Amino acid sequence: MEGMTFIVKTTTKLLIGIIFLFGIYITFYGHLTPGGGFAGGIMLACGMILMTLAFGKRMSLGKLSDFYASLLDNLGAFTFWTIAMLGYIGGYFFMNFIEKSNPFGLLSSGTILTINIAIGVKVFASVFAVFMALTIFGRFVSGLISEDED
Amino acid sequence: MLIYFLNSILFVMGLYCLIAKKHLVKKIIGMVIMEYAINLFIILLGYKKGGIPPILLPGMEKSQFVQQSVDPLPQVLVLTSIVIGLSVMALMVAISLRLYEKYKTFDMSEIRRLHG
Amino acid sequence: MENWLPIFVAAPLGMAFLNLLVTKVFRHVSSYLTMAVVIFLLWLSIRFFGEQPFYYAMGGWMPPLGITLVWDSLSQLLVLIVSIITLAVTLFALPYMQQYTAQSKFYSLYLLMIAGMYGVILTGDFFNLFVFLEIASLASYALVAFGVEAEELEASFKYLVLGGVSSTIILLGIALLYSATGTLNMADMAGILAQGGPKNLIFFIFALFIMGFGLKSAMVPFHAWLPDAHPSAPAPISAMLSGLIIKALGIYCVARIFFIILGIVPIVKTVLMVLGGLSMVIGVFLAVGQWDFKRLLAYHSISQMGYVMVGIGLATPLGILGGLFHLLNHAVFKSLLFLCSGAFEYSTGTRQLKQLGGLMKKMPWTGTSCSIAALSISGIPPFNGFWSKLIIIIALLQAEYYLLGAVTVFVSFMTLISFVKVQKYSLFGSLPKKFQDIKEVPVLMVTGMVILALLCVGLGLLYPFYGQAILESARNLMVEPYQYLQYAMP
Repeated sequence: MEGMTFIVKTTTKLLIGIIFLFGIYITFYGHLTPGGGFAGGIMLACGMILMTLAFGKRMSLGKLSDFYASLLDNLGAFTFWTIAMLGYIGGYFFMNFIEKSNPFGLLSSGTILTINIAIGVKVFASVFAVFMALTIFGRFVSGLISEDED
Repeated sequence: MLIYFLNSILFVMGLYCLIAKKHLVKKIIGMVIMEYAINLFIILLGYKKGGIPPILLPGMEKSQFVQQSVDPLPQVLVLTSIVIGLSVMALMVAISLRLYEKYKTFDMSEIRRLHG
Repeated sequence: MENWLPIFVAAPLGMAFLNLLVTKVFRHVSSYLTMAVVIFLLWLSIRFFGEQPFYYAMGGWMPPLGITLVWDSLSQLLVLIVSIITLAVTLFALPYMQQYTAQSKFYSLYLLMIAGMYGVILTGDFFNLFVFLEIASLASYALVAFGVEAEELEASFKYLVLGGVSSTIILLGIALLYSATGTLNMADMAGILAQGGPKNLIFFIFALFIMGFGLKSAMVPFHAWLPDAHPSAPAPISAMLSGLIIKALGIYCVARIFFIILGIVPIVKTVLMVLGGLSMVIGVFLAVGQWDFKRLLAYHSISQMGYVMVGIGLATPLGILGGLFHLLNHAVFKSLLFLCSGAFEYSTGTRQLKQLGGLMKKMPWTGTSCSIAALSISGIPPFNGFWSKLIIIIALLQAEYYLLGAVTVFVSFMTLISFVKVQKYSLFGSLPKKFQDIKEVPVLMVTGMVILALLCVGLGLLYPFYGQAILESARNLMVEPYQYLQYAMP
């Protein structure tokens, strides 16, 4: 049986949805409350890391394989760049070209929301990819991590 | 003043750990402590005792707000610098794992195939 | 025209990520995409050539609040150097990197490094400078370890630790500068400091920056990482590191921050000259005894950067001109020498000088380029290295630093000895039996080297045609830094 004990697995099952929801909330409301793309992305990645610790890496790689993690990573960075370039076409590099209105609303800050989402996706994918790369590689290093039977 | 002094002690502790310890992971920890000491220092630059968050709410006097609120710019800088520190740390961990694979040790004094 | 300025940073940055996306579908296109970006940037820098200085406000936020990019004569010099060397190195890298796996990752890191360097050169904001410095440094740490052999990883770890310390120290200096002036915009800061800042704090900041940028540019007490890191990387990256990174991240920042923003003071000049003199002498003495071709070149980088530092630290108009001219020349001939060492390694599989020999007959193009670069670095008259060294020596004598002038001549002589050794053991002499059937390297590699070799000849002889526009205007900015305030702020 891969992963940790039954207690950890049950707790993780209960918590994981809340963690993801909170990460998404932090990402989306970054322009109104403390937080933003980086913090939210880290939370999402920590959720995935918690899942890896509780259920073993086969489970989390089944949810998000390393190929798609690196794809999402690049896609997030490239989206961020594209938003900056759209501003450039409209006048200045990084210009906030969407109309800003309705203070304290979700759609009040122009491009900041889209930029936050792009950063969130990038940070989530890249931190998860770094973690998985280190764990997968660490298993090949003999003696560093004791081989578990699976 | 005391808090700046303590902060500089934290910085020097990190530097000492980076220089004097031979274990690669301890070196990484020293590096991270050093970076966080600098981050803390930058936060302290913008800190005011009894300050308020730098958000201008309706009904606030502008001059009083400027006097009371903490400086938001250092906080932004620290966020960026934390991200950079994270990527440096990830790269260091990856390289030290690879080094362990090649040399079968984490001891920096035994990792010296390059010399001169 | 000014609208085009952020493209210098944006194009390589975007292509670095697009590269990895595209290569998931189409393999083997990353090198062509990189080539396209590099040619585009060269075209852009030639179009920008001779523009009047201006600033570009990112996102429409006016300085001193927003981040600015500033185009002026000093940026122009460095942008031209980076564009030209990058083109030659990329031409060389296309066939050379075929022997490595994961090429798309290589080109992505390479483009990130280029983006970081352009950012450092063009930025007008202190914290932005730090961020771009870290982008370029991080990419270079990863690229040094690109071969993942034991030595490369060791060199990369050493480089990472020392580079991380230097970045931390630079960040501390920037934080203290922010606390002293309350702004991060360079022009605004220069204006505030010109009215008189806190003297002691400024001296402390000078010390921090000398340590930080001294580590980045490998001045002698801080040089330990360079002889390991530069030879360990793949040859194109060695050429980039030695030719561009230590200049864009080290010397350029010293020139920009010390001379234009903080305003140079006599004691700092002395410190810079002492560091430069030490680097010259110790670098060349360590270089003479080396038998590894790339390691020898790395030690010569330390020594030659000492020349630049002495010239700039002298702070007379002629000295700064000599320093900047030597910066340009060193970028050209040291990149060329590293590319030649890469070409030798590509054909023969070794870079130990004792095992080479007689390669001039088998590899005439590479051999000729290598000789030109070797003559150029050791200061033989028609080539470019001679003129810049001559200018530095004349400037030293004019300022009555006779001892340092004599040391400079002596170091040049030692450089000549060491490169006579290189030529004797690699290009001339008898060809070892096992190298009887080696061939000249592929044509793209030769093209990259020939471009740089032609520059080695041309930069010295054609100085009257381009010197006024490129070098002397940059010199004028450094001598009269108050000009910066007139165009970098509204």
